[in-house]
Amino acid sequence: MTQETSSVNTGDKPKQRKAVALISGGLDSLLAAKVVQEQGIHVEGINFYTGFCVEGHTHAIRKKDKDKQKRNNSLWVAEQLGIKLHIIDISEEYKDIVLNPKHGYGANLNPCLDCKIFMVNQAQAWAWAEENGFDFIITGEVIGQRPKSQRKETMPIIARESGADDRLLRPLCAKNLMPTLPEREGWVNRDELYDFSGRSRKPQFELAKKFGFEDFAQPAGGCCFLTDANYSKKLADLWDARGERRYELDDIMLLKVGRHIRPKKNFKLIVSREEGENNFLRGYKKQFTSIHTVSHGGPLTLLDGDFDKEDIKLAAQIVARYSGGKNADQVTVQVENYKGTSFVMDVPPMSADEIKQEWHV
Amino acid sequence: MSQNTLDCRNLLCPMPVIRTQNALKELSEGELLEVTCTDPGTLSDIPTWCRINHHEVVSTEENNHEIVFVIKK
Ligand code: SF4
Repeated sequence: MTQETSSVNTGDKPKQRKAVALISGGLDSLLAAKVVQEQGIHVEGINFYTGFCVEGHTHAIRKKDKDKQKRNNSLWVAEQLGIKLHIIDISEEYKDIVLNPKHGYGANLNPCLDCKIFMVNQAQAWAWAEENGFDFIITGEVIGQRPKSQRKETMPIIARESGADDRLLRPLCAKNLMPTLPEREGWVNRDELYDFSGRSRKPQFELAKKFGFEDFAQPAGGCCFLTDANYSKKLADLWDARGERRYELDDIMLLKVGRHIRPKKNFKLIVSREEGENNFLRGYKKQFTSIHTVSHGGPLTLLDGDFDKEDIKLAAQIVARYSGGKNADQVTVQVENYKGTSFVMDVPPMSADEIKQEWHV
Repeated sequence: MSQNTLDCRNLLCPMPVIRTQNALKELSEGELLEVTCTDPGTLSDIPTWCRINHHEVVSTEENNHEIVFVIKK
C-alpha cells in the first residue's frame, strides 16, 4: 500500500520498479534475474543461509580442495549481474521447516516445498519493508524441473502460502502461469518472459549462451545438503541416537566434517580425515571431549554424546586405529574434556575388522 | 580513527560475510571495520561481497591461520 501512496507522481517519468531476486547460486536464478534486469527493472539479490547450504563449507574445511577455486556461487552470480546481494541468516527459524515440514520431505530429508514457501515469505517480508521498498519478487523456478517442489500445482501454493501472491514472478516459466501483477501492470513485458517446462536443461543453456554466461554452477541434486542421501542419513542417525528430533547449528556443521563412527548408541566419534578438518575440529575443543594421539601422528577426534570410562577406552582404540600407530602394540592418546582437563592413556589399536561396518554412519 | 572490530574466527562461510554485512549496516559511510576470520574461504568471499556492495577492502593480512581484513564502508 505504501507503494501506491508514494507514487503520487507528476505524470512525467514512470516510477523505477524494483525487484528482489532469490539467488541460490545456480543457473536458473541467474537467468531469471537477468531476464527481468534486461527489461529495465532495478534488481537486487537475496540469499538465505539455512546452515545446510553447500556453498563453500566443505571446500573451506578440507585441505585437499584448497587449491581449487573456492568461490561462493551466489556472490559470483551477483557479480555477474552487477547487483547487490543481501545474505540473510535464517538458520534458527529454519529448524522448524526441517523438523516439521507441512508438505513433507523429498527423496531425502529435504523439505523443498516448505523451504521455498518459507524463503519467498522471508524475501517478501524483507522486500516490502519500508526501508527497502521493492515491488515484486523473482525466482528461478521452472515448472516440472524438480519432481516434488517445482510442479504446476506447487507454483500457486508457494505464491499463496508465502503471502507474496501475485507479486511473485517466475520469469523462466511465466508464460505457463497466470499473469502476475508486474505483468498486468506492464512493469514487465510478458511477451519477453519464457515458457520453460520439464526436466530438460537445454533451454536454460541456450539462454545462458545468449547472455554470454559461462562457467556457471550446476548443482546436481539441489541447493543444499539435505538432498544428499549420506548427509540425511547422518542427520537421521543424530535424531535417532538422541531419541528426539532436534539439532543445533554446530551439530549440522559437524555432519559435514570427518568420519562419523557410532560404536554404541550413546556416543559417536568424529574423526578428522586430514589437516583442514583437524584445524576445523580444533575449534570445537572447548565444547566437546577430544582425543588425540601422542605417541604417533594421528587425527583429532571429537566425542559426541554421553560416555563413561569404558566408552572412552573404546573410542581411544578406534582413534589409535586411524593413527600412524595402527600396527603398534600400544598407542598413547591424550583425552581432554571441554574444560581443558586431560589425562593420558595407552591402548591397543583396534584391528580393521573389529571396527564394524555398521558403526560407520 | 575509531576502530570497530568483529571476531569471525571459527565461523564458516557465509557466516563471516553475513556478520560483516550486518556490522557494516551499523556504521556510517567512511568508517572502518576490522574483521578477523579463520575460514580460508573468506579470502575470496569477503572481497567479492565488498565489491558487489560497493565497500572497500583497505587491507588483508594473513598470519598463521588468521586472516584480518580492514574494510571501509
Ligand atoms: S534443496 Fe534445500 S535449499 Fe533447495 S529448496 Fe530443497 S530444501 Fe530448500
